[in-house]
Amino acid sequence: MPPVLEFKNITKVFPGVIANDKVCFSLEKGEILALLGENGAGKTTLMNVLYSLYQPDDGEIYIEGEKVTFQSPCDAIDKGIGMVHQHFMLVPVFNVAENVMLGKEDVKAGGFLDIETTAKKILEISEEYKLEVNPYDLIKDLPVGVQQRVEIIKLLFRGAEVLIFDEPTAVLTPQEADDLFVIIRSLAKQGKSIIFITHKLREVLDLADRIIVLRQGIVVGETTPDKASKNSLAAMMVGREVILEIDKSPAIVGKQILSVNNLIVTDNKKQVTVDEVSLDVKAGEILGIAGVQGNGQTELVEALTGLRTLSSGQIKIEGVDVSHSTPRKITELGVAHIPEDRQRDGLVLPFPVLENLVLCTYYLPPFAKNKFIDWKVATRHAEELKKQFDIRTPSVTTLVGNLSGGNQQKVIVARELSRPISLLVASQPTRGLDVGSIEYIHNQILNKRDEGVAILLVSPELDEIMQLSDRIAVMFRGKILAIIPAGKASKEEVGLIMAGIIPDALSEFAIN
Amino acid sequence: MTKKKPEKNIAVNIFFEEMSKRINSRNEKRSTWQSLLIPFLAIITGLIFGAIFNVITNVDVYTAFKTSFIDGLALAWKTVAVSYSALFKGAVGDPRFIIEALRSGDKVIITRAFYPITESLVATTPYIFAGLAVALGFKAGVFNIGAEGQIFIGAATSVFVGYYFTGLPAYIHIPFALLAGAVGGGLWGFIPGWLKAKTGGHEVINTIMMNYIAFLLSDWLLRGPLRRPDTYQSVSPAIQKSAELPRFFPDPIRFHAGFFIAVGFIILVYIFMFKTTWGFNLRMVGVNPNAAKYAGINVGQNIILAMTLSGALAGMAGAIEVLGVNHALFGAISSGYGFDSIALALLGNNNPIGVGFAALLFGTLTNGATKMQMDARIPVEIISIIQAIILMFIAAPAIIRTIYRLKEPKEQDQLLAASNLGGN
Repeated sequence: MPPVLEFKNITKVFPGVIANDKVCFSLEKGEILALLGENGAGKTTLMNVLYSLYQPDDGEIYIEGEKVTFQSPCDAIDKGIGMVHQHFMLVPVFNVAENVMLGKEDVKAGGFLDIETTAKKILEISEEYKLEVNPYDLIKDLPVGVQQRVEIIKLLFRGAEVLIFDEPTAVLTPQEADDLFVIIRSLAKQGKSIIFITHKLREVLDLADRIIVLRQGIVVGETTPDKASKNSLAAMMVGREVILEIDKSPAIVGKQILSVNNLIVTDNKKQVTVDEVSLDVKAGEILGIAGVQGNGQTELVEALTGLRTLSSGQIKIEGVDVSHSTPRKITELGVAHIPEDRQRDGLVLPFPVLENLVLCTYYLPPFAKNKFIDWKVATRHAEELKKQFDIRTPSVTTLVGNLSGGNQQKVIVARELSRPISLLVASQPTRGLDVGSIEYIHNQILNKRDEGVAILLVSPELDEIMQLSDRIAVMFRGKILAIIPAGKASKEEVGLIMAGIIPDALSEFAIN
Repeated sequence: MTKKKPEKNIAVNIFFEEMSKRINSRNEKRSTWQSLLIPFLAIITGLIFGAIFNVITNVDVYTAFKTSFIDGLALAWKTVAVSYSALFKGAVGDPRFIIEALRSGDKVIITRAFYPITESLVATTPYIFAGLAVALGFKAGVFNIGAEGQIFIGAATSVFVGYYFTGLPAYIHIPFALLAGAVGGGLWGFIPGWLKAKTGGHEVINTIMMNYIAFLLSDWLLRGPLRRPDTYQSVSPAIQKSAELPRFFPDPIRFHAGFFIAVGFIILVYIFMFKTTWGFNLRMVGVNPNAAKYAGINVGQNIILAMTLSGALAGMAGAIEVLGVNHALFGAISSGYGFDSIALALLGNNNPIGVGFAALLFGTLTNGATKMQMDARIPVEIISIIQAIILMFIAAPAIIRTIYRLKEPKEQDQLLAASNLGGN
């Protein structure tokens, strides 16, 4: 029997970049195939070629042994190929059934929508594949994990045989991710074929039947979970040995640097998103804030760095009350901030690297004298940082927008860590970065800790929090539910708190 | 009162705003070569389209085509040749006449020969100030459509200082009057800037409204408090001799020191934007206000500063015009400099030096148009068409690339170079 899907020599060239270079692989019926690779390795391009969002420059696609050429995503859907996108394509104010039927509506006589029939079909699908969902719930009321289930149902409703998941766990809690894995396995058991795109090694080893590793558009290896390890996969992805386990000495804790008392912050819609948060960070330690994205971490960080006015409470840095200080005042007190969204807040993309490297210090000597900026000094400064932090850029006058994500982040890290600081607020410092860059940035953060800097690390990646933190604070719906010393809780336990449930064993660390 | 109809400009202006944003981001990536080539080709294309309009609006050409195709073609060619040579003669001068004049050595003849080019520079001067005003705003992310109104206010305050104060030596009176123009225009820019920073009121709407206030205010001033006592016309008293910008040649050459002041301001604005912390603040706010806030910059203050400085530069355009050329204020003091300057800033890529060249082009075309109208009976509006087409192509470089089969700038190459170095 021919494979369900086969790629033969798929090549896609963008001006100056070969995104896919003679990619060949096949997908068998009922198989879970993991497509592993760093950002920019060509995974998404490959899937977009399949989904005919791009036309390949060369190569052929076969479905069940038959050569196909798609003109539009509709053709791909007709041939039974469905994709669960990273960002869901759902209408929040519609209910589940309406979302599922959208574009393929059941109608009653006279052209009226027949939601009941659709709902019945949804219930059948949900029973068959253990995708629990109520067809009449509004999307906006559903947790992210359930929304993702709706996306999957949408595909099954359209008769998809091949399901592509593009980084599906990025938005999920660890528990939700586990639920998803159960669903994916049951889908495979029922004969659906799965392509699972990710750069997370653990997921690949847990879930896949077979692993294909892409690097710079080329298939560099094919393996199975029983023959591979995290280290061997990382080496394949990056092309060199990568040290995944962080060797961390115990923290030498100094005086209190940051103290936050009963902080209440609202978001742009005046909803309370940080609800009576109190915490402190001492010199030489890393306090990790775990939590699913959107539980108030963003607003907390913005309040700490002066970017958002707080409703009540107090923030002190080294004893100085900064509750109502400007960002500049806070920066000048020795606070570094690696922002969550580097392109929105951390960088000015159309400015060259050297200007971005002095973004917070351009007005101080030696860069400025009497309001005149000495660009020569700034250039020398940039050259030094480029070497010291290994920023891969053709020159310091290259626009930051032209650098890769990892190097953009290095620019921020270089800028923030190269000046004398006592507190580092790092918000998702490795978001969207590949294994090599993550390793580098983690080491930089640990070095700063060992130098005696107090570090507040915010990340929805539980692995990152577990690896780096000396203490872990778990945030849920704006509140800090517990602060646990590292080593006292397992990943699963922290995951539970992230969902709002405090296990009995950890009740001593709970905060009321 | 000016004959310009601002209401017609609103839609156009909002279109520009969108375009300019896209251009801003695109231009940064555009290679230096193309950033020069595209305006050049746009100008050529503008002239070609101008010629086509010139021909198809000429009734005689149709009549000639009725007699024979050859005749029609010949007349079409002749029409274009006559009008463009008139444009050139009006803008730069007649080369033959210039050579003859130089040979003759007669001062009066030489003066007449060089008159067109000096007039072009006179027309360029306010364009430089107004263009710098709009470009500075663009760089800081604010869209100042109010340059026209700011020119009127600047001209009014400058004229007042120019005639009201007597007995001042020129080296005090001229800077004082220029400063008054800058303050007047600056105030007219400050108000919409302040409204934007404090209330979020959009500067496009507010500067347009400020334009109306400025037009009608200057209208009222000229009928009332600022009217010349001995006349019933809407004209202000003449400024004192001590406030007049020095001219270097005998009449009728009106070329005055304002041109050099304008060139000085190109350099000044350039240094301000690219060498000072103030300029860095403004540019950062203009490109990414979020990052600016992150970097500790007060975004609101900088918006106000940008609008005020922009207004001040526009006000100086008005001041230069009254102190250098007209020596008095009247209703038609600005014939749309403020509106043209939006186009001009785009053409100059919002770079002070680029604005200088764009101003020279606009000044030359405007000046040449008059001669073209007289000699070839071509309506001045053809020049507006040419300017509009140039602008359209600048705003949509893809069209120019398609027409002339240019390749996209290779931004990807740089990207690849960067990623090949080993980053992710």
